[in-house]
Parts: sequence; C-alpha cells; structure tokens
Amino acid sequence: MSTGVLHTGHEVHPPSGWRRWLFTTNHKDIGILYLVFGFGMLLVGGSLAMLIRTELMRPTMAILSPEAYNQVITLHGLIMVFAAVMPITTGLANYLIPMMIGAPDMALPRLNNWGFWLLPAAAVTLVIPIVLKLIGIGNGAIDTGWTMYAPLSVQAGPGVDFAIFAIIMLGMSSLMSSINIIVTIFNLRTQGMTMMKMPIFVWSWLITAFLLIAVFPVFIGAVIMLFADRHLGTNFFNPAGGGDPILWQHLFWFFGHPEVYILFLPTAGILSHILATFSRKPMYGHRAQIYAYWAIGIMSVMVWAHHMFTSGLSVPVTLYFMYSTMAISVPVAVLFFCWIATMWRGSMTFETPMLFALGYIVLFGIGGLTGLALADAVADQQYHNSYFLVAHFHYALFGGPVMGIIAAAYYYLPKVTGYMYNERLGKWHFWLTVIGFNITFMPQFFLGIAGMPRRIPDYALQFASLNMMSSLGAFVLGSAQLLFVYNVIRTVRHAGAKATDRVWEGASGLEFTLSSPPPYHSFSVQPVVD
Amino acid sequence: MSTGGEQAHYYVPQPSPYPVLLSGSLFLMALGVVLNVDALGPGNWLLIPGGLLLVYVVFQWFNCVIAEGRLGTYQEWEDRSFRLGMLWFIASEVIFFCALFSILFYEREISVPSLASFSQRFTPWPGFTGHWPTSGPAGKPFTPMAAWGIPSINTLLLLSSGGTITWAHGQLKENRRRVAALGVFLTVVLGLIFLSLQATEFYHAYTKLGLTLHSGVYGATFFLLTGFHGLHVTVGVIMLSVILVRLLKGDFKPGHEFAFEAVSWYWHFVDVVWLLLYVFVYWLQ
Repeated sequence: MSTGVLHTGHEVHPPSGWRRWLFTTNHKDIGILYLVFGFGMLLVGGSLAMLIRTELMRPTMAILSPEAYNQVITLHGLIMVFAAVMPITTGLANYLIPMMIGAPDMALPRLNNWGFWLLPAAAVTLVIPIVLKLIGIGNGAIDTGWTMYAPLSVQAGPGVDFAIFAIIMLGMSSLMSSINIIVTIFNLRTQGMTMMKMPIFVWSWLITAFLLIAVFPVFIGAVIMLFADRHLGTNFFNPAGGGDPILWQHLFWFFGHPEVYILFLPTAGILSHILATFSRKPMYGHRAQIYAYWAIGIMSVMVWAHHMFTSGLSVPVTLYFMYSTMAISVPVAVLFFCWIATMWRGSMTFETPMLFALGYIVLFGIGGLTGLALADAVADQQYHNSYFLVAHFHYALFGGPVMGIIAAAYYYLPKVTGYMYNERLGKWHFWLTVIGFNITFMPQFFLGIAGMPRRIPDYALQFASLNMMSSLGAFVLGSAQLLFVYNVIRTVRHAGAKATDRVWEGASGLEFTLSSPPPYHSFSVQPVVD
Repeated sequence: MSTGGEQAHYYVPQPSPYPVLLSGSLFLMALGVVLNVDALGPGNWLLIPGGLLLVYVVFQWFNCVIAEGRLGTYQEWEDRSFRLGMLWFIASEVIFFCALFSILFYEREISVPSLASFSQRFTPWPGFTGHWPTSGPAGKPFTPMAAWGIPSINTLLLLSSGGTITWAHGQLKENRRRVAALGVFLTVVLGLIFLSLQATEFYHAYTKLGLTLHSGVYGATFFLLTGFHGLHVTVGVIMLSVILVRLLKGDFKPGHEFAFEAVSWYWHFVDVVWLLLYVFVYWLQ
C-alpha cells in the first residue's frame, strides 16, 4: 500500500445548498443521505406496522379493507428490508469504511452517488400506485406479501409491476454500492492496514458485499421472469406450459435467505465495536469472527429451501436443508461467544449504545433459537406461515439489525455531529423499545402455536386477548421511536455537550483519531497503521 | 501519523450531476413501461423522454471520464480501482447468467419430469410425457431450434471475434495502433454479423418453427437466455465502437488502456456465455 494524499481538483469545502446533496461525490455526504433516507423510511415502515396492529387490535376491526391490508403488510415488509435497514447499513459503510481503513474516500465516488439516488427513485416507484389509486388509476400497490409468490403475483394487479421495477432499481443500487465497497477495501487501505488488521465492521461489510453480488442478480432475473409471465405470455411459473410456481420460491429464497444475513452481518460487525468500547477491553476473537463471517456467508447461500418445507420437497432434499440450516447456528454461536467473551470481566458501563447492543444479543438470541425450532422440518409443518414465524423473524430482524442500527446511531452520532445526545432520553428510548418490542412479539409466538395464520386482516375470537396485548405493545414500541427522532434532531441542532475526538473512553479505531465532527475530507494525508 | 514512502494522489471527482440524472431517467422509464403494459396512462410520455435523458446522461458521463483520462487524472492507483470494479461488475453478470442457466436445468431435470410423473388418474394432462424440449402439457407444438446451421456459424463468429479482440489488444501493447484499430473493427463487424444472424434466427423461429415466447418453458427459456445474451452482445458492440473511435482519435497508450481492457474482458465474458448457450440450449437437447 502506498500512502496517499487526497487530490480533489479544487474544493476543500462542500458546495452549499441543494446541489451539495444532489451532486455530491463525498463519502460522508452520501453516507448521511443514506442514513437520513433509511431512518426516514424506517418511520414510514413503522407507521405501516402501526396500521397493521390497529387493524388486528380486536377481531372484526375494519379500519382497512382486506385489499388495503394486504398492500400495507406487503409495503411494510418491502420498505423495512429494502428501503430502511439496507440503506442504513450501506450508509454506515459509506460513512465509516473510508475513515476506518484510512482511505481518501470511496474508490468510485460518482458511482457511489448513483447507488444512493437509485433508492428514492425505487421507493417512489414502489408506493406511487397508492397515489395513482387516489386519483382513480389502477387498484393500488403490490398486495402479494413481500415474498411475491407465483401464481398470485402473476395474476395480481399493476402494483406488482411497480414493485418489479422498484426491485430492479434497488438491486442495481445494492450491486453498485457492493462493488464500490469491495474495491475500496481491496484498493484504498492505508499503509499497514492489512486485511487481517481491518476493523471487524469493515470485514462484516466485505462479506455482505460478496453476498449481495452473489444473490441479488438472481432476484433481478426472477422478477424479470415474473414480468415476462405477466405481460409477455411466457410460462415460467405456470405448469400448463411446463413451468413451476415452486421455481419462483427457489429463486426468491436463494436471494431471500442470504438477504437476512445481508441485514444481519453489518450490524453484527458494529456490535463488536460497541461491546469492546463499553467493556474497555480489546475485542475478543477478531480472527474467529472473521472466519465466522466467512462461514455464515458461504453457508447462507446453501440453505434457502428451509423456507419451503411445506411446498412438497422430497424427503432427502428436506433433510439436507434442515441440517444445513441448523449448521449455520454454529458460526453464529461463535459470534455470540466472542461478544460475551469481549464483555467478560470488562469494566463495563451502560451508555445507550451499549444498552442497545446488549438488547441486540438477547433479542437476536431469541430470534436465532426460535429459528432453530422452525428449521426442524417436521415441527415446521405446524409453525409454517403462522404467527410463530412472524414473531421469529421480527426477533431476528428487529432484535438484530434494527437494534444494531439504533445502537450504531447512538454510538456514532457524537462523532458525526460533534455533540453528545441526551443520555436520559436515550435510556428511556431503550427501555420503552425493549419492553414494547417484547410485549408486541412474545404473544405472537403463542398465537402462532395456537394456529393463527399470518397475513390475515381478521381472526377467530380465541386469539383476541393476545392480539390486543400485541397491539398495545406495538403502540408503545412505535411511540418510543419518537423519542429517538427527537433526540437525534436536538443533537444535530447542537443541544448537548461537545463531544471529544475520541467520544467514548474505550473507543479505538482510526475514525476516533479524527475530530468530531470529522473534516469534510477525512485524511488529507493518509495515516500509517503499525 | 507519518508520511513515509512514496506519495500518491487518489482522484476524488468534483460533484457531478450525472448520477442523479441517470437515476431520474431510469425512474421515468420504469414508470413509463408500467403505465404502458398495464394500460394505466400515456406511458410513452415518460418512457421516451426518460430514454433520451438516459442516452444523454450516459454519453455525457463517459465523455467526462474520457476527458479526465486524457488530462492524465487517472494514474496507477485509480486504474486499479477501475479494474477491480469492472471485474466485480462482470462477476455480478456471471451470477445473473448462472441464474438463467439454473432455471433451464431446473425445468429440464425437475419441473417437467415431475409434471409427467403423476399418476394417470390424478393428472389433468394424462398424455404428457415430459420429453424435452417441450412446450408443456397444454402448450402448442413447435420445432425446436437445431444446433447446426445458424447457431454453429454464430459460435464460429463469436469465437473468432474473441480472437480478433485479443489480437488487437496485443497490437496495442506493441503500440501498433492502426493494426489494433483494424482488430477492433473486425470484432465490431463480427459482432454485428452475429446480431443480424441472431435476428434472422428469431424471425425464423417465430414464422416457420412456431417457436415463440408462448411455447411453454422451452420457448420462454430459449428466448430468455438467447435474448439476454443478445442484449449483452449489443451493449458489447456499442462499447467496442466507442473503443474504436477513441483508438482512431489517439487515445490509449501502453499502460493507459483500462477502457480497452475492460471492453475486451466484457467481450470475452459474452463469448463464454455463448459457448455455454450453444452447448446447453442448442446442442444437448
């Protein structure tokens, strides 16, 4: 690695006004754009969740028509996965990776900007049919569930077409940012920053980027086939022409299962940093975690059909997918072990990021263990498409990635803004979130075992009390996030104390050698790592 | 911090309007297509401006990059970023075609045989034997595409075009620019002949063989695979033409030839995909 000096042509200061954000090539600006967009969409997706829980609060509630309900659950899923969590983790990557590896910027800055600006285009494409319906065109947004199973998605209304093009744009965006991240990591590390010395967050994103390149093109191919079946008269998913609706499930889950790890891995990386900082100890098992990421990444593309145990797979195939799925818990358990060992006998303090990190470990742990129950192909016949599954993946995806990005937000907010957030509000946010979350989703395990199916706008009377409890929990969870919004806004407006360069007593890493907030171009001269 | 060792500059470009405009053009086109196919509104009013904007932006963006290259903005360090970027982009394309091929294998090995394997008493299509190539139990009869004839000629064409581009690259490295230009020109011509033969073949399939997109899984997969390959050849030919013009204008010096190499990598990738297509789609039926 040669040391490098940043060379930008002319400007050192950002251009002012809207042009800065529209035309920027600066990795921090683009990171901020991703984060603002992602957290904004997190609120949009969360509001949809509030609608869902209002509809399900009591039996016979009818604030939404069944058609509208289907659109709401579908958009909730698609927005949360593609427009909220993925942009936020990508934003963290854009903001942090160049600082963490001592790079001048991302390797391909204009491509980076394109990767971001595809996202608002995709999000608008996804939800614009709702607006069109209000003025009397079409019949609303996609309503097939985020999995878009054929043949329903072949027959459903124009909303599916909007979603198809949204997904193609999201895929292009993810591929561009993945290519950019891989190239940055391979080519722009500073002197002495060897691969094995790289911070664990950078490693987690490297594996994530590999995964995105390995699976997103498959999903793009699948939605193109879906479009062809809908409008060009092909028979990919139609048995009358020799096709197979199960083929859609294979293609979707070949993408969809690794997608879970695409959401999980970057936040797992951040988690290790946060735990080490607030335990005031070096991270335990840096190398072991890297190997665990590799194992998770490789195995995650070989287990997809555990989502399809009730679709009539043959017994040997089912057994293979059952055992391989269970085997993934081994590298994930390595990560858990490393996290706990990092904290072991550390001199721990419990600032808000640490609280969210600990919440992550507990909630994601529950998500992982119930995942093992679902992976059991025999038991899955009962759990499949029930609220047990809904509860499981919310523990896995909210308990993991969403808790992780909130932890990361509190952890890096002082670095980004130069000011401390309000700790008391942060603690309130944490406790209300964790309590609200458990009240929302714990009852859903029992609802699922009792037989309540997912994706229905109404239910039998026997499920009434647990659903009421779940809805009340959801309202606590939802309103708690407003504290977060308020806390972030007042920090951005410099309401708190000034943050030091290192921010946290136990923090380490190149990003904490820079001022808070960091200069517009991080390193005018690249640092050398010993 | 120290500043030992040789110092290199990494070029971070100025703010640029092209990325956001490119996204805007794709947005307009997507909306236009959906409005058209679902007959929701006058989609062409979005599709055509979107398409024009796309062409304009891509042209301007590449112009800007080429101009920067001529100014000597890109040195070894940036060059390595471009190479890695192109390699990983091609990797994503490889995955895309892997998916399309796996669809073919899934249909041949799993979905069609299992449709034919049901008990005669319980299937809606008792006479269906599942013999590949098939248009499915309810599809219309058709004649499958033969491997001899146009597909074999096309294989020869693309293989020799892979040879000519490699030859041209070798000549460029030796700084024999006119011969290199001739090599690229030959590659473009071979690519164009390939495309016109492919168009003839599609026309033949639709008019004489009864092989269309509606011909069950065989027809759909045949056109999906060859169609996407043809699209990539088209993009490749456009890129080769750009390279040819730049070569004639005096661009590319030995050691400063990333764009040339990137296009030749892409062309070889398209070449390999065709070989696999020839074997698995045309030949092994």
